[in-house]
Amino acid sequence: MFDWVLQVPILSIICYLPLAGAVIIVVFMRGTSTLAIQRFATLVAAVDFVVSVPLWFTFERQGELFQFRESANWIEAIGARYEFGIDGIALLLVLLTTFLGVAAFLSSWSAIQVREKEYYIFMLLLQTGMLGVFMAMDFFLFYVFWEVMLVPMYFLIGIWGGPRRLYAAIKFFLYTLVGSVLMLLGILALYFYNSTGLLGWGGLGNPRSFFIPQFHEISSQIPPDLQFWIFLVFFVGFAIKVPMFPFHTWLPDAHVEAPTAGSVILAGVLLKMGTYGFVRLSLPILPDATLKLLPWMAGLSIVGILYGALVAMAQKDMKKLVAYSSVSHLGFVMLGVFALNTAGLNGAVLQMINHGLSTGALFLLVGVIYERRHTRMIADYGGISSEMPLFATIFMVITLSSIGLPTLNGFIGEFTILVGAFNRTWWWALLAVIGIVLGAAYMLWMYQRVFFGPLKNPENKGLEDLNGRELAYLIPIVAMCFWIGLYPKPFFDIMEKPVDYIVQKVDPEYAAAVADSIEPAAGADLLAEIED
Amino acid sequence: MQALWLIPLLPFLGAFLNGVVLKGRASKRLITGVAVGSVGLATVLALFYVVPSYLRSAEYAAGHGFEQVLWVWLPAGFLKLTSGVFAELTIDFAFLLDPLSAVMLFVVTFVGFWIHVYSIGYMGHEDGYQRYFTYLNLFMGAMLLLVLGNNFLVMFIGWEGVGLCSYLLIGYYYRQEFPPYAGRKAFIVNRIGDAGFLMALFALASTFGSLRYTEIFSRAAEDPSLLESPFVMGLTLASFVALFLFVGATGKSAQIPLYVWLPDAMAGPTPVSALIHAATMVTAGVYMVARANIVYQLAPGVSGVVAVVGCLTAIFAATIALAQTDIKRVLAYSTVSQLGYMFLAAGVGAYSVAVFHLMTHAFFKGLLFLGSGSVIHAVGGEQDMRRMGGLRKRLPVTYWTFVTGTLAIAGVPLLAGFFSKDQILAAAFEGHKILWGVGLITAGLTAFYMFRLLYMTFHGEFRGTQEEWEHVHESPPVMTLPLIVLAVGAVISGWVGLPRLGDWDWNWFGHFLEPVVHGVGGHGEAHHASLGLELLLMALSVAVAGTGIFLAWRTYGGSQELAGGAWWADRFPGLHRLLLNKYYVDELYDRTVVRGTWSTARNLFRFDAGFIDGFLVNGSRHVTVAAAYLSGFFDKYVVDGLVNLTGWLLQFGSRVFRRLQTGVVSQYAMVIAVGMFVLVFFYVVVALQS
Repeated sequence: MFDWVLQVPILSIICYLPLAGAVIIVVFMRGTSTLAIQRFATLVAAVDFVVSVPLWFTFERQGELFQFRESANWIEAIGARYEFGIDGIALLLVLLTTFLGVAAFLSSWSAIQVREKEYYIFMLLLQTGMLGVFMAMDFFLFYVFWEVMLVPMYFLIGIWGGPRRLYAAIKFFLYTLVGSVLMLLGILALYFYNSTGLLGWGGLGNPRSFFIPQFHEISSQIPPDLQFWIFLVFFVGFAIKVPMFPFHTWLPDAHVEAPTAGSVILAGVLLKMGTYGFVRLSLPILPDATLKLLPWMAGLSIVGILYGALVAMAQKDMKKLVAYSSVSHLGFVMLGVFALNTAGLNGAVLQMINHGLSTGALFLLVGVIYERRHTRMIADYGGISSEMPLFATIFMVITLSSIGLPTLNGFIGEFTILVGAFNRTWWWALLAVIGIVLGAAYMLWMYQRVFFGPLKNPENKGLEDLNGRELAYLIPIVAMCFWIGLYPKPFFDIMEKPVDYIVQKVDPEYAAAVADSIEPAAGADLLAEIED
Repeated sequence: MQALWLIPLLPFLGAFLNGVVLKGRASKRLITGVAVGSVGLATVLALFYVVPSYLRSAEYAAGHGFEQVLWVWLPAGFLKLTSGVFAELTIDFAFLLDPLSAVMLFVVTFVGFWIHVYSIGYMGHEDGYQRYFTYLNLFMGAMLLLVLGNNFLVMFIGWEGVGLCSYLLIGYYYRQEFPPYAGRKAFIVNRIGDAGFLMALFALASTFGSLRYTEIFSRAAEDPSLLESPFVMGLTLASFVALFLFVGATGKSAQIPLYVWLPDAMAGPTPVSALIHAATMVTAGVYMVARANIVYQLAPGVSGVVAVVGCLTAIFAATIALAQTDIKRVLAYSTVSQLGYMFLAAGVGAYSVAVFHLMTHAFFKGLLFLGSGSVIHAVGGEQDMRRMGGLRKRLPVTYWTFVTGTLAIAGVPLLAGFFSKDQILAAAFEGHKILWGVGLITAGLTAFYMFRLLYMTFHGEFRGTQEEWEHVHESPPVMTLPLIVLAVGAVISGWVGLPRLGDWDWNWFGHFLEPVVHGVGGHGEAHHASLGLELLLMALSVAVAGTGIFLAWRTYGGSQELAGGAWWADRFPGLHRLLLNKYYVDELYDRTVVRGTWSTARNLFRFDAGFIDGFLVNGSRHVTVAAAYLSGFFDKYVVDGLVNLTGWLLQFGSRVFRRLQTGVVSQYAMVIAVGMFVLVFFYVVVALQS
């Protein structure tokens, strides 16, 4: 049924479809009504999602590590190539991006009332940028997409944001720019070390290349001190994106000021760039430095979990609360990554998806009520569940998903992460579970103040409950939350191979155990595949 | 037996129908049919088909449980076990039916079903009838998952699931301020326990690479050294697991120090208190300890902690119950106290006795709560016993069933509570005499506060207004029938576990549970007191209970001065106030933990906004801006200044030298002349000097 997918450059299609949509809007839709533009842009996002779904069905779980490969020459002088391909982890993130994209576009219909045309153009460009990051297998290409996606987000916040939008936009831009410039330094260091040599470190004399698997390949040959420095610059770049404590303060501002769809994309997808960077680049390329800096990384993750949760508790603005809860949740993801076992990493990858779904949904829900009342202050609400029972129900389900209630997605991720973390160092888990208690405290407290109690504020009387369009983008997310909560096996299956590969790269003990076990060639196979 | 999976599914289905499919568009009759029907079906299926077929099966005969794997739920990944090998942790969504879960299945479905029936009457006039039954069905499903799971993680689904339903049902009257608060308090206090529970699961997973009961327990029994090896903090692995599991139990089963949520949980509708906060959910911790009994047997130190905490909780809560005037609060503290008894039993190794008391307690405490609901229903929502009295005349069925329950909990011979409590005390006597002594005093206190409640509510004269008295009426049959059924249970449910008297061993219940709670080595389950000692202990507890009843009768029985306190309240006002205010523990927690967390949160936010964002981030911005201005200044005045200086100098110079070139011939001639003159003069002077 989906065989055609293998016949076409499917990844490029998925990646550039939004770009094509944007071009069409610019070129052919000059005099068209905003309504048509918004419908058209949403249609493009929906088609993009539909086109990306076959990836899930055609991806071979036990096949090659990277699939749907596309390869072409690009800038031969420096060895940069056009290399697309996804492994199970990237596939999940691609699907998350296209899936949340549809919800974000749908939510914009009512939220955006000025300069709609530019808005939808930027949103489409943003989709292309994000998808490219997850698909690129060439460092140069990766960096280009990484920078490309910065620009539309800057404008989305800066033009359609709240009162302090300019401050937030510039802060966001500068912050992430600092990170990406540092990352570029790391990329260049790897690039030169691989080929001609770098400062005092000599080179490996390989042909010039930005091919990411090539760097995986040479990971064991990179001297520890060089690994340390590259890890450090990568760390700053990714930690800003995640964001990890103490690089997180751009996030609350960006979230509060961004329009709803911006927040959804920001929390749902953009933050995953950082964690994805750690998983795809830092760990497998710099295993030695990873092991050496492990306590620091885990420490910062745990601080992030507890700090984010406590600060979230003190918030009066719903969006800001959700923003700080993201700091806490991403702390869990990072803890899972640095548990450096397959359980922890499985959980971390799944939690990236979970966070995208539940936090994305939370921002959508806050957006729903903001459009009706034009306030995000918790104190302005109270008792509205009698006015909006459907809204209250869905908000409750998402809240429960966010605090990790079993049978919903958050629990699967958190449990897997924590069991992995405990397995690495038991008291990491002991500190992190406090975050679970705090998570319940701040989320349920917000819920109580917004939905329960007497309806004190007369302005909240007769608030309109969810309409069909809102249900259309919320129900699928709720369904996904239940799916992952009840039957997450397909998700674990699809990430099994890449996760195993990364852990083997970074944990020599595990690699040795795998080598000793029944499939002695498992690790070698994977490496051979990448060479091809 | 193969239909086991249907038992939890049916209530979930009911909840789904009422909560989603039929939401807002079903008649009351349909709502009731779906909700009560689904639970009724599950009950019939469980008690008349699944359990009997299990009891006839080969598995049961061989002392095994019946396991049913539904699907692979959580293939978490590889862990490095404490033994050094890597193993894959894969958790199934699977059920286990063995004697222990069969007992729990019986209690949950049977009591649960009758409380559903009762709710039809009690909640009949409430709006949100459908919401109520959705949550109640959801609760049944979660509770059944809890007791039927074949591994700790499925238990944990149920564990958190019942916590959620408890939260939703406590906060059922969400338009008021207090119930949602009480619900949230319950959830968060429970979450503290759940975090401990999770820690225990991580440790088990890291040791066994599995969370399945049969695998963990059979391997632990085969090779106790696996669990007895030192782990962390000077604890053995068994102690670590046992301790953290017990932290979970203190949350869910309301033991010191996490019991504070249960009394506030009474803000929910009364049938909810009966079902969740007396008969089923709060006993989950006892079930869990009994389930993990092998771990506790390998952790004698932690078992001691369990016994002591249980014993302290029992007497502590019982003393608070002495002074409460809210009928439901008395019962709530009574529940906390009785749960303490169960942990006392489990702590001294009498696991089947703990489960036995769990079962009898489910009957008589469920009955008492439903009875109190019938009273509250009759007096128009009033819960203060000082405004009741004399109700037995108008509420005969409620009265007599309530008397049955009171006699059962007070430990009057031949009723359920007598047998189970007696066995707990006998086991405690074997364990440590002090534990037994405290347990015995608690039994006296229990008899006292229960008869105080009985007298204040049903005896004497009505203390409300005449108008209220006019409205007092017996509840409809749909409510009294469950009372009668549970009253019968409160009488006869103890008969299945008669104490062993010498050679007379009629403890069917204990033997039934033996395959699950058989010991590893020395720690025997059955106590072997001599016949004489056994009878003496029994007589003593009857005497103590009798004393309690007598004192209650002397203080509250018959006389008219019941309205408020009693002689002892006047004589010891300080003590009375202390008990009335529940030892100020809530206040203590509020001042320390709650406000501590809250002020930490606020201060961290200040730190975040002030230091990290304000000082570091915006500070770096200001530094950058300042540097920009500085370099602008430098650029303008130094770099550009030099440029301008050059230009100015040139300009100045040209202005000066411009004067030389005027084009006036006479001036040139003059300059030439002067120059000539100077040169000549110079040469002459120089020549002359040399």
